[in-house]
Amino acid sequence: MDEVKLLGCWVSPFAHRVIWALKLKGVKYEYIQEDLSNKSELLLRSNPVYKKVPVLLHGDKAICESAVILEYIEEVWPHNPLFPKDAYERALSRFWISFAADKGNAFHSFIVSTEENREKSKTELVEVLKIVEDQALKDQEFFGGDNIGVVDIIFGNIPHWFEAMEESVGVKVVEPNTLPRLHAWVQRFKQNPVIKHNLPPYEDLVLFVKGFRQSLISKTPNASA
Amino acid sequence: MAGEVVLLDTWASMFGMRVRIALAEKGVKYEYKEENVKNKSPLLLQMNPIHKKVPVLIHNGKPICESAIIVQYIDEVWKDKSPLLPSDPYERAQARFWVDFIDKKVYETWRRMWLSKGEEHETAKKELLDIFKLLEGTLGDKPFYGGDSFGFLDVGLIPFSSWFYTFETYGHFKMEAECPKLMAWVKRCVQSKESVSKTLPDEKKVYEHIVALEKATTGA
Repeated sequence: MDEVKLLGCWVSPFAHRVIWALKLKGVKYEYIQEDLSNKSELLLRSNPVYKKVPVLLHGDKAICESAVILEYIEEVWPHNPLFPKDAYERALSRFWISFAADKGNAFHSFIVSTEENREKSKTELVEVLKIVEDQALKDQEFFGGDNIGVVDIIFGNIPHWFEAMEESVGVKVVEPNTLPRLHAWVQRFKQNPVIKHNLPPYEDLVLFVKGFRQSLISKTPNASA
Repeated sequence: MAGEVVLLDTWASMFGMRVRIALAEKGVKYEYKEENVKNKSPLLLQMNPIHKKVPVLIHNGKPICESAIIVQYIDEVWKDKSPLLPSDPYERAQARFWVDFIDKKVYETWRRMWLSKGEEHETAKKELLDIFKLLEGTLGDKPFYGGDSFGFLDVGLIPFSSWFYTFETYGHFKMEAECPKLMAWVKRCVQSKESVSKTLPDEKKVYEHIVALEKATTGA
């Protein structure tokens, strides 16, 4: 049985997607913490195209990009499936994975928003999240149905990470009156024992996000206008 | 696998071409509907309400969107003929990684090169060439990205070859000089795969289409 290693970073929601998938499937692995300001030789060699975490190392093979890693994990360790069995349902899961990647800008705009453009940014984000709630989550317990599936993992940065962003920006977006089902899902997702015990410490995350936000604002033109 | 198959597409879309090639590889009969992106059909808006884009595959009335997702769906449903994804999980991961890379990088970089001038244009041009050189390097000495057979990454990349003349003309370079091995792979795909030769539009027609589009956009 080939050794499994994960190159990650404590703060990265993308690395956590892989941690959750491995843990939900009970796959033993060695976690290697990367310092992204001083990337290791191993990381640069394993991910020469993007030089980013997460990278899954399985024996001598390196798999990069969290969405690709999740498909790989599902195929190598098919027990406790995270993807649907039906081809059409699988295509829908992949659609939401792609949608989440697409909407990074809306989250970015929110995190650099200041008093002037905060409400506009919040409105745009609520529109995106309403689509997720209405069309992906619907009336289910989880995006995956009765249990956590790959789409729950993909939106797993809305709990915790996005909450830290809300605290940094100073405005709540995911609220029980505007996004009731998504709000309920956030609480439910965080209560899952695997997720609960594999999250970065919240206070440290908030500190990090506040610092990250300041550095982004200073780099973004018109952000402080 | 019986059932009605409809494809909403536009003739010059390299993403739509991926789907047409995959359907041809599998011998699937389908109805093709040409969309006008300036006047999107009610069917398109109904089937892809979130992105409102082509291609959309409609199978037994249910829509599948995003070309890479559609091609995987086609490969899984019509699995008895011409497998596109390799069987080994690591090889599958590699194919998915590179198709995702193409989707993240090629069109966005081309657009920057197309719509900019001066230094910005030169920077985008260099980036575009670096992308194709990286893809060329990934091919190595294999006849196809899928190894001995035409696979998912081949399907993912080959449609862009119908846009090479357009890239070359706007960027003032020649793909043959910059990426000879990639061009040899293009020739191989066109000559050995009917699905490719029958799907790819004439590259000069693509260029004329882009020129007309530019005139309409800029009023030039």
